[in-house]
Amino acid sequence: MTELETAAQPQGLRRVAIDPISRVEGHGKVTLLVDEHNRVQQARLHIVEFRGFEQFICGRPYWEVPVMVQRLCGICPVSHHLAASKALDAVVGARPVPPSADKLRRLMHYGQVMQSHALHFFHLASPDLLFGFDAEPARRNIVGVAQAHPDIAKKGILLRKYGQEVIRATAGKRIHGTGSVPGGMNRLLQPEDHALLSRDVQQMIEWAEDAVALVKRLHAADVARHESFGLVPAKMLSLVRPGDGALELYDGVIRVRDAAGNILLDDQDPATYLDLIEEEVKPWTYMKFPYLRSLGPTDGWYRVGPLARVQNCNFIATPRAERERREFVDSGHGQIIHGALATHWARMIELLHAMEVMADLLHDGDLLQGVLTASGPRAEECIGVIEAPRGTLIHHYRVGADDLVTMCNLIVSTTHNNQAMNESVRAVAAERFDGRDISEGLLNEIEVAIRAYDPCLSCATHALGSMPLQVDLVDQGGALRSRLTRHGDGRFERA
Amino acid sequence: MAVKPLLIIAWGNRSRGDDAVGPLFLDALGRALSDEQTPRVDLLEEHQLHPELALDLVGRQRVLLADADPQAEGAFAISDVQPGSDASLASHTLSAPALLAVYCELHGRQPPPVTLLGLHAERFGLGRPPSEAATEALPAAVLWALGWIDAD
Repeated sequence: MTELETAAQPQGLRRVAIDPISRVEGHGKVTLLVDEHNRVQQARLHIVEFRGFEQFICGRPYWEVPVMVQRLCGICPVSHHLAASKALDAVVGARPVPPSADKLRRLMHYGQVMQSHALHFFHLASPDLLFGFDAEPARRNIVGVAQAHPDIAKKGILLRKYGQEVIRATAGKRIHGTGSVPGGMNRLLQPEDHALLSRDVQQMIEWAEDAVALVKRLHAADVARHESFGLVPAKMLSLVRPGDGALELYDGVIRVRDAAGNILLDDQDPATYLDLIEEEVKPWTYMKFPYLRSLGPTDGWYRVGPLARVQNCNFIATPRAERERREFVDSGHGQIIHGALATHWARMIELLHAMEVMADLLHDGDLLQGVLTASGPRAEECIGVIEAPRGTLIHHYRVGADDLVTMCNLIVSTTHNNQAMNESVRAVAAERFDGRDISEGLLNEIEVAIRAYDPCLSCATHALGSMPLQVDLVDQGGALRSRLTRHGDGRFERA
Repeated sequence: MAVKPLLIIAWGNRSRGDDAVGPLFLDALGRALSDEQTPRVDLLEEHQLHPELALDLVGRQRVLLADADPQAEGAFAISDVQPGSDASLASHTLSAPALLAVYCELHGRQPPPVTLLGLHAERFGLGRPPSEAATEALPAAVLWALGWIDAD
């Protein structure tokens, strides 16, 4: 248990709830308990719904799974599609899949990462960064960005559109495609799609560079705020490329660094994840808390996602993104960067990297021809790990002799980040909450800290929900003291 | 390549009970289109509405959006959609009015006429099949949509 997770004497404390949290996928709420001196004694991010996707998958034929798991999430279905496919490759004995299949999957994956990062930054995060946390709420959205900065909004939407086209071209459909199958792929890139994607790729790289430049300008405009906001030192876990430790989003080995940047674990086979990671259940939330077994639940929690990946790797193997990574790392003056807002900078570096990778892949003839599937001795148990846009994604299955899935365990990126998100909430609450009243600014600052992780609570807890924002102040007797509501049209109402 | 004058977007999750009625409506409509209708209409299935769909609306004469609607009385409900900002602009998925608001700001003009077809829906359980009532209501909605396509 970490500081501010559970108050020593919660009986006499005042309870503040932020429910639900907007601009995250799914439904969560934040509660704060404050003492008689108006100091925050407890801060928790709760996940309030649960749906059992693992049970949903059990009993299905294994070949259906890469398609079925896409319905877990409307935001990163391709990551689930590919993680499931990678795992189930072992069931058909495809170790490895043929080069054409590997490259087509990579193209699909980097298209997914790019479009997801574009959605998050331009659609959800940039309004806060461009207009300020305290700006008029009705303006802090993509329409507000389009009004004030039409060029930025248009580039964001067109970048995302390009990523969606990559997914369509490789998966066969705009959503819930079937392109990746256990053992490889079932389609090559069609020449007309190759021409379409090749035509625009340089433009997209330039816009990706513009996106990095934008986030750097925003950082430079308020360095102190960007460096300190939601600052939570954390261990970092991600895949890296075997051998040289390069940034690797599709397939690699697990590396963990401590908060100071020292490597704690390296070259770990992702198939051994159960030896490395355990999940703790807490009674106040449906989302589990993964931690490193070797360090235990108190010290073993870690961060995944762009901020972890960009600092966990030794370098990025594409030149433009590597230049940007160096500048990002240098901004820490020798220290690891842990500020929540730095995640956006790291995310845009990854967006640029993804575009460079796609550009390189589009020069590879294996996308257009070659063997697509492989097979071999069958395995009953299989594990697939991928770096999804939000972080490390683990799919683990057992498949019976009758081809039906008998066990499914998913650890999604947002679950890995559960403790880190809670710590960021605590950091912001401890610094910003005056204990007297919930201001609109405080409410949004807590949300900004959570949103920096781009959490997908739908994936993490398998719930869906989207509602106006409501904050309740409740006394120790449970009586409602005051209520702050943000309506769907952006109006605030205090009762 | 010329853009087809009509666009129909249906969305939902095929694994969540009646949330599947949007995609199922699109499947049935695709099978029912005549040879004369097919060249005039694009059918798009989505999991949910995203901002870049504003690009798909460009150049259309009319657009039909179809989604599961628990409030629909009878087989389906029809309404016009106008651009409007709401809380969905702060989420990963847009409402129909918010999508049109994105269109307006992106293109600097009003969107083409957009109609929302709310399909009868009752239950949304994970892994549940569509309800009998929602399934039985689909043919009437398809019939209405075929008329919408021909209404010039």
